[in-house]
Amino acid sequence: MKEQPDAIAALAATNPSPGEKFYPPFQVTPELTKKAKEYIAMYPEGKELSAVLPLIHMVQEKHGYICPESVIWIADMCNSTPIHVQGIVSFYPGIRTSCPGKWHIRVCHTIACALSGGEELLAYICEKIGINPQALTNEHPIAVSSDGLWSIEAVECLAACGFGPNLMVNDALYSQMDRAKVDALIAQYSNKA
Amino acid sequence: MSEITYKPGRAPHPRETRRIFRNIDRVGYDPSIECFMKDGGYETLKKAVAMEPAAIIDEVKKSGLRGRGGAGFPTGVKWTFIPKGNTKPVYLVCNCDESEPGTFKDRFIVHQDPHQLIEGMIIACYAVQAHYAIIYMREEFPEAAKIVKRALSEAEKHHFLGKNILGSGYDLKIILHRGAGAYICGEETGLINSIEGVRPYPRIKPPFFPAAIGLYGCPTIVNNVESLCQVRQVLMRGGEAYAADGATRSPGTRIIGVSGDVQRPGYYEIISGSITYGELLYDLCGGPKPGRTFKAIIPGGASAKVMRCDEVLKGRNPDGSVRKMTIFDVPMDLDSIAQHGSMSGSGGVIVMDDSRSMPEMLRNLNRFFAWESCGQCTPCREGNPWMLKLSTRICQGKAAPEDVDLLKSVADNICGRTVCAFGEACAWPVQAFTTKFRDEFLALTRPVNAMKPHNPETAEARKYLTRED
Repeated sequence: MKEQPDAIAALAATNPSPGEKFYPPFQVTPELTKKAKEYIAMYPEGKELSAVLPLIHMVQEKHGYICPESVIWIADMCNSTPIHVQGIVSFYPGIRTSCPGKWHIRVCHTIACALSGGEELLAYICEKIGINPQALTNEHPIAVSSDGLWSIEAVECLAACGFGPNLMVNDALYSQMDRAKVDALIAQYSNKA
Repeated sequence: MSEITYKPGRAPHPRETRRIFRNIDRVGYDPSIECFMKDGGYETLKKAVAMEPAAIIDEVKKSGLRGRGGAGFPTGVKWTFIPKGNTKPVYLVCNCDESEPGTFKDRFIVHQDPHQLIEGMIIACYAVQAHYAIIYMREEFPEAAKIVKRALSEAEKHHFLGKNILGSGYDLKIILHRGAGAYICGEETGLINSIEGVRPYPRIKPPFFPAAIGLYGCPTIVNNVESLCQVRQVLMRGGEAYAADGATRSPGTRIIGVSGDVQRPGYYEIISGSITYGELLYDLCGGPKPGRTFKAIIPGGASAKVMRCDEVLKGRNPDGSVRKMTIFDVPMDLDSIAQHGSMSGSGGVIVMDDSRSMPEMLRNLNRFFAWESCGQCTPCREGNPWMLKLSTRICQGKAAPEDVDLLKSVADNICGRTVCAFGEACAWPVQAFTTKFRDEFLALTRPVNAMKPHNPETAEARKYLTRED
């Protein structure tokens, strides 16, 4: 039985986010399909399903998050069903279902970073970029600032425990942070194209 | 070795023995293959492909090498679990989903010296005759993913990967597969499910090792990054020479990651068992922060049981008599700390000094485990948020003394009742913290809290029965 696209859309409903203006909307292009086929070809014959995670990463890197249309497209590419792909998307904390800001900050608050002040740093960054820390909940782990430039997420362990507190801005890790370093970092990224 | 210079402030301590971390923070060292080959890289592989695969497995068995992912299972023995007369393809997966809080050794290997891992992996694949291997890397290492991808294509260009490696007739393909931020993918069967493209729930045991039935139903070997690098060291030195260094039952070097309240946190590579916890913390790490004393140590990643620094342990002298000792006298090998009720796991030492509130530390750990529970088994899925609620309530001063016992009993009922070891991993910290620091937990509680409702709904329902004091 084929799933109803509407039901999938309802299940995967995304929250509108001010960050969306910084990312192109999801669109199936020949290049995207070609790249997807390359990923699928990495895995043994008949194991297209293994490419689900690489495809999700590919879409998320370019478009910021996984929207319902991309779920359906990924399912098509991997010979699977949208509900199966949605099951994967909803499982992993690293897969976003709403758009982050242009600069996505992930602050570690697990024990080692907490010992070196990760929680205070998280509160400080929230204040600095104008986000209410109360907005960060289990259901909505990502909060986006109103101008869409910044988003923040409290994450568990970035595996650099000896050099805490750690945070990541998009793909870059910053260790041994303090308030002064955070100020400099935010100033640096504000001016970055 | 004397010609190696390290970046300022990053030079190894004289008591360290850098083998795996030899090139970490080295001046002028980059992750390219040229740099690695100048340093003698891929010479061991040349030696290995000239050997019989069975001879390599024998060599690794002789070395006594034990896995560095946390469980400490002998690597060579694991490799022999592939069923005899197997006709299916064999897969090898490198577990680079380092996500145990306190552990951060693999990060530096894949970022700064990826070819070391790739060489070790090719040797391991050749030994078990796998023609397809996967590096499972956690999502939080996006830079490393790029570095390793580049390293793989460099190795292919130099014919260390691909068809007919170094003219031996052996083919191997290694790909990189990125996870997506789930702790449970560090569990080997969860990791395999993640690669297969289904929700990464750990699989039901038996089979206890995916070497019997693993990825796509075929025999699969899952090894940690450090273990695979150690395989290269074993082949480089020879099994017997490797076994000669360090503790008898866990030879070779170990990479220890120290975090928390010490003067110099960071990574230290030591000969297994050559120093004690005291020497590590006072000599290598420079002791506690000014004006502080050590209070507690988590010796092997967040899921290991916490040890009190003033706890009196029973040690055994060589003549069989019993002597009193503390955690500071325990040698740093894989087994010694296990005799005192904890484990050395993946080598992540988290240190807390006397300024720390233990209930607060436990709340932090509970939050981690509640967040990371995969939700497959009911005790763990329901128990972890419950333990988080209880420890939060204790920290907020809204708990009754019975809640401390309740907290421990929830942990006791998770432990051993789940599919994977996550059940133990989340229960052990709770059991240890609430037993060893019971006073501190009780001090935050008040008997009157037992009468008070915990949420607005019950407060409304019971408003004529209780009063605020």
